[in-house]
This record gives sequence, C-alpha cells and structure tokens, in this order.
Amino acid sequence: MLSRRNPQLNKNGELIHLLSIEGLPRAVLHQILDTAGTFLSVNEREVKKVPLLRGKSVFNLFFENSTRTRTTFEIAATRLSADVINLDIARSSTAKGESLLDTIANLSAMHADMFVVRHGESGAPYLIAQHCAPHVHVVNAGDGRHAHPTQGLLDMYTIKHYKQDFTNLTVAIVGDIVHSRVARSDIHALTTLGVPEVRAVGPKTLVPGDLTDMGVRVCHDMAEGIRGADVIIMLRLQNERMSGAMLPSAGEFFKNYGLTQEKLALAKPDAIVMHPGPINRGVEIDSSVADGRQSVILPQVTFGIAVRMAVMSTISGNNA
Amino acid sequence: MKILIKNGRVIDPASGRDETADIAIAAGRIVSIGQVSPEFHASRKINATGLIVAPGLVDLAVRLREPGHEHEGMLESEMAAAVAGGVTSLVCLPDTDPVLDEPGLVEMLKFRARNLNQAHVYPLGALTRKLEGEVLTEMAELTEAGCVGFSQAEVPINDTLVMHRALQYAATFGYTTWLRPQDGFLGNGVAAKGALATRMGLSGVPAIAETIALNTIFELVRDTQARVHLCRLSSAAGIELVRRAKAEGLPITCDVSVNHLHLTDVDIGYFNAAMRLTPPLRQQRDRDAIRAGLADGTIDALVSDHTPVDEDMKALPFAEAEPGATGLELLLSLALQWGEESGLPIAQTLSKITSAPVRVLGESLGSLASSAGKLVQGGVADLCIFAPDERWAVQPGALKSQGKHTPFAGYELPGKVKCTVVSGHVAHEAF
Repeated sequence: MLSRRNPQLNKNGELIHLLSIEGLPRAVLHQILDTAGTFLSVNEREVKKVPLLRGKSVFNLFFENSTRTRTTFEIAATRLSADVINLDIARSSTAKGESLLDTIANLSAMHADMFVVRHGESGAPYLIAQHCAPHVHVVNAGDGRHAHPTQGLLDMYTIKHYKQDFTNLTVAIVGDIVHSRVARSDIHALTTLGVPEVRAVGPKTLVPGDLTDMGVRVCHDMAEGIRGADVIIMLRLQNERMSGAMLPSAGEFFKNYGLTQEKLALAKPDAIVMHPGPINRGVEIDSSVADGRQSVILPQVTFGIAVRMAVMSTISGNNA
Repeated sequence: MKILIKNGRVIDPASGRDETADIAIAAGRIVSIGQVSPEFHASRKINATGLIVAPGLVDLAVRLREPGHEHEGMLESEMAAAVAGGVTSLVCLPDTDPVLDEPGLVEMLKFRARNLNQAHVYPLGALTRKLEGEVLTEMAELTEAGCVGFSQAEVPINDTLVMHRALQYAATFGYTTWLRPQDGFLGNGVAAKGALATRMGLSGVPAIAETIALNTIFELVRDTQARVHLCRLSSAAGIELVRRAKAEGLPITCDVSVNHLHLTDVDIGYFNAAMRLTPPLRQQRDRDAIRAGLADGTIDALVSDHTPVDEDMKALPFAEAEPGATGLELLLSLALQWGEESGLPIAQTLSKITSAPVRVLGESLGSLASSAGKLVQGGVADLCIFAPDERWAVQPGALKSQGKHTPFAGYELPGKVKCTVVSGHVAHEAF
C-alpha cells in the first residue's frame, strides 16, 4: 500500500525525488530556481563541470521516446560529473514481457543512484520511487498526462529571469491542456509561486472545466485568454487529437488558437512567448512569433540544463 | 449433525425478529428458534452469548476466478474467504475463461463448489456468447444448469438491437438480466471524470457514461417489461434515475459495492493501484447519494464485488493495473461500519446483505427462495454468527482469499465473524 505522505519528501520535508510539483512548498521551488542560477554560470565556463555527482550513476529510463529531454538530462548529469547510462526501453515495459518493477529491480542491482524516468502512464514514477532502494533517487521526466516537473521548473526559471516577480503576473497557457503534463506542472508551479492569474485557453475538448479546481481561469476564447497577459505558454498539439474527434483539423485549430503576431498584440507589449518544444510551426504558433523578439523558446532550452542540474544535485544531497 | 446455538442475539431482518434466543439445527435445517425442545440433543453446542446470530450473508457480486484465472483465485481459497466473511450464498459472474456461456461449464462449476461444501454458489450465465455482444446464449439450458440470471459482466453491449432482443428473449421466460450500466464508448477511462482525474492526468469516465446507459436500459425495460438487475451503480445522477424508474414501477433492482459506499476518488492518493476499481470511485457527492440510496431502499443490496487480483497485476502504473479488490471477508464489517455511521438499526443494515439480495434473486433460487437470507423454522440453516463490537485491523496477508489487494488495508473495522453455518454444518469458526 502506498503511503499517504507525499512520497517525494522525506520526514524533514526535504526533496528526495522529483515526481510532481504538486504539493511542493514554495520555498523548495525557490531553492531549486536559485540553485539553477548558480549552475547557469557553470554552463558558460570553458570547463563546464562541477564534481557534485562524481562517482554516481544516473540511469536515463525512457519508456517513451524522447531525444530532446533525454539529451538535456544527459548533459545536466554529465556536467555534474555523474556517469550516465541511457537505456532505450521499448514503448511499453509489458510489451517486452518484463514488468516495470522487474526492470527497476535489475537496474538497481547494477547500483544505480538515480533514475530519470519517462513513461507513458501517469503515476509510473511514483511506483518506481515506492519500490526502489532507499538511497536511489527518482526524477520524473514526464509521466503520461500527469507531470513534467523539470519542464515546469525551467518554465518558472524562464519567467523569473524575464519578469523577476511572480506575484503580479497574468500567465496564459494555450492549447491541448487536457493531455499536457507540462500544463499541469506549470499550473502547480505558477499557483505555488503566487501568480495571481493563470488562464487555461483552448476549446472545450482540450480544456476541461474541472481545471478551475487547480486554481486557473478557463477561457475558451483566445482573445479573452491572452488579453493583457505577461506570459504566454503555447503547448504542442499532437496529431492524434484530430483522429480522436478532439479537433476537426490543425488548420481550424490554428485559426482559433494559433498564436500570430495579430493575437500576440492583445497581450502586454513586453509579454514573453514560451513553448516546451518541439514546436509545430503553423499549427499552434506562427513562425514570425516563434522566431520573433518576444519569443524565449531557445533560452528555455538553455535554462533547462541548469534547472535539471539543480534538481539532480538537490535530491541527491537529501537522504530518505 | 445437530447444532444448538445458545443465547445469541438472534436478528432476522426479514421477519423483524430481534431477541435473545437459542437456535436448534438438524439435518441442514433450522428446527426451532426460541423454545428448543428438551428432547433436542445437540452434538455441537455453540455459546453465542454477546454475539449476533444472523442469516448467512448473500453476496450478489463475486468473482471466484475459476475457470481460467486460477493464478488470481481458486475455488478453494475464495470459498474459504466467503465463509470466513459470513457469506453463505454468492452469485458469481460469467467473466471467466472460458466464459460461462455453456451449460457444461456451469454444471462443472456448481459441482466443484458443491464438493467443497461451503457457500452456495449461484452463477450468472453470459447473456451473449463469449460476452461478445452478438449471439444470445442458450438461456433455458443455462438456467437448467443452475444459472440464476444473465450478465455481460463488465462488457457493455454497444449494439442496442442486440440488447433489445436479449431483453425480449429473457423476458419471454422470466429470466433476470444483470447489467452494469456503462456506455461502451464514454466508459473507457480509469478514474471518475472530475477534478482529481484532471489533476492527476488520468483518463476520466464521466457520470453520463452511467446515466446514458441507464436511460437506454429503462427505455428497453419499458418496451420489453424484462426484469433487470442493475449492478454496482457509481453516481448520484444514476441513483436518482433509478429512484424515478422505481417510482414509475419498472421491474428493476440494483446494488452497489462496499468500495463505493466508503471511498471516493480522493482515496487514489498517490496513484494507489488498490483503488483501481470498476466502476471508478467517484466524488463525495456520489458517495453521499450511494449511502443515502442504500439506506432508503432505492439501492436494494450491498455487494462485495469480490475480485481477487494477482500481485503482479497491481504492481503496475495506475491505468495499467487490473481493476478490482478482494471483498468477501470485508462485506459484513463494511456494512456495519456504514450502518453505524448512518445511525441505522442493525437489522436494517443486515437486510442489505441478507434478505434484500435474496429478494433480488427471487424465484431463481429455487428451493432456497423461501428461506435463504432469513431465519425460518424449517428453512435452510445458513447462519452468520458475529461479534458486532469487536474491531479488527484489515491485514491483507491474513485474508483467506488469494486476492490480497484491498483499499481498506490497515482500516480498523467493526464486526468479527465467529462462526458460519452453511446447510447445517459449521463451515467456518474463529472463536
């Protein structure tokens, strides 16, 4: 039976795994963001390494394909001097006949110190954290629709970098929110950090009304959703949403919710435009916006490495 | 064997009897309640002082896992679990492997169960062959083999033409069709649609999956006058529809599971796979409606929805985990807990797991119809003797069932079964 205590915190309330942003105290988030700031300079040095994880083995366990996220975790771990082992595991653990927990048991026997896990099912990293040895740390690199906490944190780092203060912002998250683990992590992070207005923007098939319980304002009208926003986070639209009767076509989605210069003009003049990538040009975002002066999509990637270094070094410094 | 149960508080919800009395049992029947003849020489005396002597419990939703899922449960283990839980009659579902769609399979199951000499087993036959929702089973043959009704288990029939004909055919012979109301398309999800599922990124089953199916069933019942038992309702809106349909006089009955009586989706916590259940746990409002509906009789019976699940099938991410929980050994305690919390007289609580489910089964019980779930002089001696105030901690490892997964692990519950008598023999005792 899983315990009712938040499994990512130890008895002292310190972070031992990063599974979700939900339930993390504001101070923990700030601490990670501050630590990331110090690592940013490491990444600009000629020798881009610190010895914080020297001798530790970090296993990248990607049950779902992802080159970008896996690479950023690999870079982050390497810059912390860890040994990184990448495991390409078939889409589903059960498809190969080996259960998820058997895979974990086997890798634990190889003396792993940290698992970076991406899995297609919501909650899979919780199962792993619950069943691995006490000294092993787990980082959720995206589970189903549930959470992508390092993306959430790097988004917060980006916002903090450009806007400094969270407590006077309006943030609009636009697109396929119901299927987005990034949106969920962003929402938890934004509300925890005290952002007074978080809006979820999109059609009713992609933006369920239940989201209001997470502390967001639901807007089905794009203009209403981005008017006066300081930050616009565009989400990637997956092709399968069309076959699932969620949307008629990418073209119609772009017409209603795609971010163009014209729509961006409704936001504050100094609004920043973010996207977790990879972007679909002409589907959720117009090229002129993606490459425009308000876009901070590439800085997000840079910050992502520092934030992942901060997460890994923070959790490995705390004991279960 | 002659048994004398002395000095127990005899509660029979069907007759309203609630008094301290002795019960004499011989040749599988209750010889007398109250005044026991001095001529009666018992070979076994049971001192029931301080205990409640009730009719054996009747559970309308049990998976014994045989045939085909023996790794999850064997007849031996699950029947032992039944009597350990005070259950003396149980209805088992047809979703075995192979599916209970042929008389031979039903006869074999009944034969195996009878040889174990524990609880009475009443199988539901499959409504359609292989539960595929296309071809009707041989209902008359299956009834002769011992089926008490026909069910699709968890497999919805999406084709309303087949549904209509199945009900027409069943109605021809007066068979009861047992349906779990869930739309086959909207029902594909792993948690109840709502704030929690949205927050946790779990695919949600909306309440309309239940109400749309109910409305369809009610229209078909109006047209065919078929008798339908609705299984394991989950939503407040669904219960309200049942309330109205009953007021209209439709020939329907319904049940809910112990899980839905006590839990909500919030209990999923951090993706606890023990809470992966079908139908999914809904919200507080729904649970409140279930509790009220069971108390006011809108919901006829309380069931364990006993579903033993293999360890490996729960050690998976929430959505991939197999739904189901063990329940036979918790039915009485969870009923008592609900009754206590709702301030109900104990007889009323017990009626939901004794006389009321027997009413659902009706004539299909055959010779036992007049006395199962009741304490009747001359009737079958099925009894559950329990200590109402003894609290016990649910320890999965200590359960007799092969299925160890329960959402109630660690709970302290009232009511400990001390002795179960089936057809006049002691099938379980734990004094």
